[in-house]
Amino acid sequence: MERPLTQHISANHPWLNLKDYTAVGGYQAVHRALKSFTPQEITKTVQDSELRGRGGAGFNTGMKWSFVPMDDATQTKYLIANADEMEPGTFKDRLLLEGNPHQLIEGMIVSAYAIQANTSYIFLRWAYKKAARIIKEAINEAYAAGYLGKNILGSGFNLEMHLHTGVGRYICGEETALLNALEGKRATPRTKPPFPQVSGLFGKPTIVNNVETLCNIPHIINNGAAWFKALGLGADAGTKLYGVSGQVNEPGLWELPMGTTVRELLEEHAGGMKPGFQFRGALPGGASTDFLVTEHLDVKMDYQSVAAVGSRLGTGTMIILDDHTCPVGFIHNLEHFFAQESCGWCTPCREGLPWTEKILLSLENGQGRLEDLELLETHTKHLGPGSTFCALAPGAMEPLQSGLKYFREDFEKHIHEKKCPWDEERNGSHLH
Amino acid sequence: MAVIYIDHRAYEVKAGKNLLESCLTLGFNLPYFCWHPAMGSVGACRQCAVKIFKDKDDTQGRLMMSCMEAVKDNMYLSISDPMAKAFRSQIIEWLMTNHPHDCAVCDEGGSCHLQDMTVMTGHAYRRFQYPKRTYKNQYLGPFINHEMNRCIQCYRCVRFYKDYAGGKDLDAFAAHDHIYFGRANDGVLENEFSGNLAEVCPTGVFTDKSLKEHYTRKWDMTMAPSICQHCSLGCNIIAGERYGELRQITNRYNGEVNGYFICDKGRFGYEFVNSMNRIQQPIIRSKIPEAVDKNTLYNHLKAAISNRNIIGIGSPRASLESNFALMQLVGKENFYQGISERDAQLMQTILHTINSGHVHTPSLKETESADAIFILGEDLTNAAPLLALTVRQAVQRRPFEKAQEIGIPSWHDAARREFAQEKKGPLFIAYPTKTKLDALADNCQHLSPDDIARLGFAIANLLNDTAPAPQEIDEDVLKIAQHIANTLKRAEKPLIICGTSLHNEAILKAVANIAVSLGSEDKKASVFYVVEECNSMGLAMMQAPSLEQARAALKMKEANTVIILENDLYRRDAKATIDHLFEQCGELIVLDHLHNATSNQATVLIPAATFAEAAGTLVNNEGRAQCFFQVFRPKNENFRESWRWLDEFRQFKKGASLEDLNEPGDLMAELVTLMPQFKGAEEAAPSADFRIAGQKIPREPHRYSGRTAMLANIQVSEPKPPEDSDSPLSYTMEGYRGIPPAPLTPFFWSPGWNSVQSVNKYQEEIGGAIRGGDTGKRLFQKVSAVEKIFFDDIPTAYQALPGEWLVIPLQHIFGSEELSIYTHGIAERTPHPYAVISRQDAEDLNINENQSIRVTIAEQDYELPATIRNELPSGLVGIPDHVSGLSGISWPAKGILKTIAS
Repeated sequence: MERPLTQHISANHPWLNLKDYTAVGGYQAVHRALKSFTPQEITKTVQDSELRGRGGAGFNTGMKWSFVPMDDATQTKYLIANADEMEPGTFKDRLLLEGNPHQLIEGMIVSAYAIQANTSYIFLRWAYKKAARIIKEAINEAYAAGYLGKNILGSGFNLEMHLHTGVGRYICGEETALLNALEGKRATPRTKPPFPQVSGLFGKPTIVNNVETLCNIPHIINNGAAWFKALGLGADAGTKLYGVSGQVNEPGLWELPMGTTVRELLEEHAGGMKPGFQFRGALPGGASTDFLVTEHLDVKMDYQSVAAVGSRLGTGTMIILDDHTCPVGFIHNLEHFFAQESCGWCTPCREGLPWTEKILLSLENGQGRLEDLELLETHTKHLGPGSTFCALAPGAMEPLQSGLKYFREDFEKHIHEKKCPWDEERNGSHLH
Repeated sequence: MAVIYIDHRAYEVKAGKNLLESCLTLGFNLPYFCWHPAMGSVGACRQCAVKIFKDKDDTQGRLMMSCMEAVKDNMYLSISDPMAKAFRSQIIEWLMTNHPHDCAVCDEGGSCHLQDMTVMTGHAYRRFQYPKRTYKNQYLGPFINHEMNRCIQCYRCVRFYKDYAGGKDLDAFAAHDHIYFGRANDGVLENEFSGNLAEVCPTGVFTDKSLKEHYTRKWDMTMAPSICQHCSLGCNIIAGERYGELRQITNRYNGEVNGYFICDKGRFGYEFVNSMNRIQQPIIRSKIPEAVDKNTLYNHLKAAISNRNIIGIGSPRASLESNFALMQLVGKENFYQGISERDAQLMQTILHTINSGHVHTPSLKETESADAIFILGEDLTNAAPLLALTVRQAVQRRPFEKAQEIGIPSWHDAARREFAQEKKGPLFIAYPTKTKLDALADNCQHLSPDDIARLGFAIANLLNDTAPAPQEIDEDVLKIAQHIANTLKRAEKPLIICGTSLHNEAILKAVANIAVSLGSEDKKASVFYVVEECNSMGLAMMQAPSLEQARAALKMKEANTVIILENDLYRRDAKATIDHLFEQCGELIVLDHLHNATSNQATVLIPAATFAEAAGTLVNNEGRAQCFFQVFRPKNENFRESWRWLDEFRQFKKGASLEDLNEPGDLMAELVTLMPQFKGAEEAAPSADFRIAGQKIPREPHRYSGRTAMLANIQVSEPKPPEDSDSPLSYTMEGYRGIPPAPLTPFFWSPGWNSVQSVNKYQEEIGGAIRGGDTGKRLFQKVSAVEKIFFDDIPTAYQALPGEWLVIPLQHIFGSEELSIYTHGIAERTPHPYAVISRQDAEDLNINENQSIRVTIAEQDYELPATIRNELPSGLVGIPDHVSGLSGISWPAKGILKTIAS
């Protein structure tokens, strides 16, 4: 089984510096791309590989690049790596950033070359302090080795790369909010259209790609589109970093072929549920995806298969809900996060999310009323895609709407019993 | 044009607009918050959701924000779709989760967009059961009150203040449901247009603090259409009164002039009307007691006004009617403009240039669409504030057009600004010191007034080599001149802005030469003239001689009578000159609103009604005649229109007895007959006999309350409302309730639209003209250009003489204007007097910043703290015009600078 992204990363080993990286064939894709590919050929290859955005939205990466206007050679353009990994339960990019930073840098050089961008940024989550240190060092190494800067490898192509650390706002992971933040403005998303490919950072054509997406680029260039497509088990190409967190025996992160089933992840890789814990459901791709439940265990974790059962692949990092955890409390925790991370730009998200959070808390506290469930339902409808300015609130509604669907009796129990059924367990009844 | 289908009915609308404005233009009541007609769409509030269908057969449709959708031909949408309605109601419910239920004690109540939209969507019952979030309010200065708890986060305040008006000290802070709009710290809002926040804010977060001092609900005000009196632009305003006190000025939309906004001087400068310093009664100084009744006054005046040695001195801040009535009283040959010889000459040069047919004088609105601007010798922010605001929009025109080229529609405000970033269109400024607009300019030349003119002459010469060139011009200046000339030439709509602020005629002549060189018969060059006061242009058009000539005339006339109309002459010329003029006066009759240095010299002093108590016509800087109307009948019956007094004096002089005095006839008709240059002014507003469906237009909204009770402490019977024979407006709630002609619009109101946003209903299309045409009649006739004749009296380069400085007046929006200073908030914002000197002069004279220096002008000493400016050319001294008694100076002045030995 091939693990192109993580093959050289191993736990408890230091990161691959330039020497280590080149020793295992690193920067071959840059040599190749700059010497024997035109920018259009790179884009075509990536498009043919059917690589889809690993940040959660799953848009064809090559296609995204193809929207960048290429007719004016003097046009300023930007490439940005979105390393603002703040989706709850998600820690996949961190592994790539801390383990093999040159893989990302290499991917960025090739991608920047494809769109002929001469300036690039890595927008990094503030809390990834270790990654920041490592990336800074790796960028310096790349400059010293001539992979960054002017006239890279004598090709005439120039690329500057900057590390920008955010200040810890979830919304900065939204690509247009990221652009505003990078410009020094409030991290408020922008409307699309115009798409960043046309009017992005500082009003110039810009591509924002997720770290994992960019890390795939060197391998696609080295091995070809057909190789990449063949890595997937189902309809989608490549490998995927899958994660599992929750009450499982071995929570962790694995690079597996795209399309690995939930069951395989849970039982083979995460070692099954801990003794005494039952599986009740899982958010398949971070906090902003709909619950999957027992009946979905054999669903393939790829874009289409997960979407077919009403959820999203998202980031591919799963959070498990077990039978000792109150689903209402679980969802309340998530809505608290989302309400707090709303940028405050549009009304539904700014005012609607805190309301759902407050209702969920009152349910947890045993003060809920049946009409509260109706209100929650209304919110899941009115905070849907298209009604809000960006995808934050619709994402926030995904665990809630599916929670109401699959765990409705638990919600109702809170109301009828005027308390959280898990209260005693949580408070430790043995103390009485 | 495009055809769209709204709820199954076809409508023809303009293509390229957004769906929200199209729906509003069609008259639909579609609620919105974050969109503003002048500022475009950003899609934040999600209030204007409609359902849009893919095609005719699509029954599902999807919710879309109408403000973010471009109108397309064959578009199918529904406003009344249940899902869309439920969503719009939900938005209000969300906004209301944190909005206090304090309408009863909120200043916005009754004219609140949020109230209107809440009613419109039908949200009524509260389901949110949790505590509301609260904020700490800030002190924002004397103009604007802050009440953040009411905020619904529509972001319009910061979009107006920062993006539209260029302000720096108001921003959005924090995040999620705790967004805060305010300053980094408590403090005065610095921007000159901050008052518009009260109208831009859809609810009661930012409200008019001056109104708060004597609060009245909009529906309880008696209002009249009016014209701002505080500069030459002639912005349209609505003035509101209650209990005999002027209480509020709001913007009156005029698509050609001020659009949606006015400046803070215009909005807050009205307190002089209510001032304790008003002249309350006729005064005859020789009598004891001085204050007299009308009979005594007329008897006393009998001899004086019949005197053959009589002259009348008019005023650039008095209406055409009052100036004309004075002229008719004293005779045309005895009527003088109340301005200095030099200023009269400046106005003459402007009129000469306009009448020679080489320039087009654009409206304020037109200046917004200029694509290259050159400003000579004016500090717009201070001399003509709203023009600074339109220039600010104009410089973004080109970058925004570029955004359109990549498919970003002009109304898509956030996207076009993100695309344009800080790019600005070409703007050049030549002024002695830095001005606020410098930040937007491509190039700023800080030059002496004569050198500004020389730069202008050089540009004219570069545009057309038959125009005379200045001698010995600096290489660098020539380079800039070439760049400006090229830019103006390439531009599609170049605009030159100049004026009278520096009292330099050469600048006006240089501009005339540029205009002749730049324009053609088909496409005349646009020149926007900034003149001094609200009727400077009207007075100049009367073509009377200046004060200097009045003084000369007086010399020959013993035992004369001088009548001064609404004019403090000490603001017009050197103190010694005016003193000398007064020494030669026999009977000095002064009509004015407030006591001032000139009224103190009067032997007879007569109270004159202010703009709020009078009707009249003013001609603004573009030659637009506009009328203001009496807002209320003053309790003090002595507050009579100057034209009424003067016309009565005329009748009286002709022998009518006091009892037989008639209402003045149609002064405007008389004026136009005698002075054809004013033709059209009589049509600036419908005449007094105008009726709609036999009805007058009420000054009071139909909810005007307390009418039967408000004077009950004096008399329980309801008094008969005053009758207004001078205008088609009535003093009651009764009358025509529809949309009157623009010049007669006393307030904006439409069913369901109580706030100022109701202006949507008055416009032919959103952001367009008021139905039936905007206010004002342009008096400058289109004349074909006379042959190209250039001014050739080019001044020599300014050379500072040893021991002599050129003193120039620096304008201040707050402080330089005579009447607005009576508003305490404006007085508070007035700068302390100072003298600006150059770095070179400071070093030569060993002067430190803030050190007291003595500036001697015409033997008058002014002790002022020094402000050292690097950019100011040496040999120049700038002092704030009219600020804190810096009056009585003949501009431009020669001065001597000395340090004061401590």
